[in-house]
Amino acid sequence: VTKCGLLRHRPAGGGGGAFWVDSQQKRYVPVKGDHVIGIVTAKTGDLFKVDVGGSELASLSYLAFEGATKRNRPNVQVGDLIYGQFLVANKDMEPELVCIDSSGRASGMGVIGQDGFLFKVTLGLIRKLLAPKCEIIEELSQLYPFELVLGMNGRIWVKAKTVQQTLIIVNILEACEYMTAEQRKQALAKVSGN
Amino acid sequence: MKETPLSNCERRFLLRAVQERKRLDGRQCYDYRNVRISFGTDYGCCIVELGKTRVLGQVSCELVPPKPNRATEGILFFNLELSPMAAPAFEPGRQSELLVKLNRLIERCLRNSKCIDTESLCVVAGEKVWQIRVDLHVLNHDGNITDAASIAGIVALCHFRRPDVSVQGEEITVYTPEERDPVPLSIHHMPICVSFAFFQQGTYLLVDPSEREERVMDGLLVIAMNKHNEICTIQSSGGIMLLMDQVLRCSKISAVKVAEITELIQKALENDQKVRKEGGKFGFAESIPNQKITAFKMEGAAVDTTDVEEQAEEIITKADPPSEVFTQPILHTAGTAQIGEGIENAWGDLEESEREETADEEGETDAPAFEWEKIKMEDTSGTKETEKDEPIVLSDSEEEEVVILEPQAPSRKTRTQATLKQENTSKKTFNKKRKKKRVAH
Repeated sequence: VTKCGLLRHRPAGGGGGAFWVDSQQKRYVPVKGDHVIGIVTAKTGDLFKVDVGGSELASLSYLAFEGATKRNRPNVQVGDLIYGQFLVANKDMEPELVCIDSSGRASGMGVIGQDGFLFKVTLGLIRKLLAPKCEIIEELSQLYPFELVLGMNGRIWVKAKTVQQTLIIVNILEACEYMTAEQRKQALAKVSGN
Repeated sequence: MKETPLSNCERRFLLRAVQERKRLDGRQCYDYRNVRISFGTDYGCCIVELGKTRVLGQVSCELVPPKPNRATEGILFFNLELSPMAAPAFEPGRQSELLVKLNRLIERCLRNSKCIDTESLCVVAGEKVWQIRVDLHVLNHDGNITDAASIAGIVALCHFRRPDVSVQGEEITVYTPEERDPVPLSIHHMPICVSFAFFQQGTYLLVDPSEREERVMDGLLVIAMNKHNEICTIQSSGGIMLLMDQVLRCSKISAVKVAEITELIQKALENDQKVRKEGGKFGFAESIPNQKITAFKMEGAAVDTTDVEEQAEEIITKADPPSEVFTQPILHTAGTAQIGEGIENAWGDLEESEREETADEEGETDAPAFEWEKIKMEDTSGTKETEKDEPIVLSDSEEEEVVILEPQAPSRKTRTQATLKQENTSKKTFNKKRKKKRVAH
């Protein structure tokens, strides 16, 4: 596999030394352990078919939720949003999603709430937003409270109190792709200067 | 490839947003996205961008025997193609319902309206006539392919030049472009399609739906009109019941929209004509701004920001700034350089217009909204001119961006009680400033 991008380096230390290539793309390829947002497309027997933006639909067992048993099924409908992680993801097999971690706890995964809005951005932006100290998220949180779920497949789910506020966040996040830090600060100053 | 399913979440949100009269990109209910027309080096080739939706139109001609029952008329052939380039859901070689619908609509709009004089395409009655072929390729699908395709079709036809022909007795001479200048087609009028998306059994109406909005709409009404207020085609799909006054209202709206778009088309055609006559550079390569590998560009999107907690107070509109990331100074002319030009001006003017706030009723938004749109249209076509005149494409791309940004800002109208109208005057002075700047180059 060849990828084009910037070569990054983290020196050997607390986190361990690493070299990696920072590439930019929009199309997601499932990777084991990635947390993604999926859309349920079908419910067949004891399996859900979830679209994660890859070449195949991922499968999600109904038992892969916290506290789910054969009698106690999770309340998942077609069209719902799921936040889960990949248990199996390679090019030879259909990817599998689960909504619990290795110890059996949900830790934030599962069905995402009813309101809010889902939109798509590039994978590079997601990685930037997920970095430990992300300025964008900090600055946005100064504006007003909102809920945010970032999927490694490029999907972001946002929920704020009103439609208007949600739309503002959506537009800012989409534009963060192209804005420098100053431009972003200016934009946020405009919004919060109401 | 299968289309990404629409989640319940998105659907609910979009419907709620429509009920509150908000659109994802900050437009008003009756606003069109930015229309940009660019021409290729050949006559009859154009690309129309309606927001992110792009359609390429190409016209070609051929001498053929006419149809037996129409011996003195030329032949018009329309073809619209949806390739997977436009959207992953479009599969090649498959006749989908959407494709058939779009093709039929374009045919009805352009052929049945008799906008092209087919009699003038006749060379020798019964033996040789011109067959004009219009190919429309959808390059990107972001909603409302109908409108973009109809604009591309009519613009390509207006732009096209067919070879000159002379008939002496039995001899037909077809002149090459070198021998005699090619001749334009004889076009009576320009029909343009305007699409209306309906939600909630016709309660809410949006003009120029984007792709997301198209997914959740109940029904679609397409009205093709020309600037003389003649309806060429009208089609309602989706099975919604529309009241008479709704249809009449839509036709009034489309009359205004068509007038603006026709004006824009005229300007674009004139500019292109001028550039070709003056021997300047023309073609797609000139109209696409230079993209540096490290620079990302996005059109300034206008998003209405209302502080929800203070609904009765002031409302300030916000626009995403243009995003040219230039790390080195840009030379406009020898001796003047700037970094990040567009940003400063746009912000400065926005603040100006904010200070001059006046309360305004939301009632009849039509008149002022369209006036702004006109200015917006003017500016977009004005920048086309600049691009072709000057070899420095870099600064032009910024200007183009900034010019679009400014009119967008005022045309946004907020929807709560105390709405503000951005002063037209402030915007006009800004535009005059811009125009002066261009002249100074």
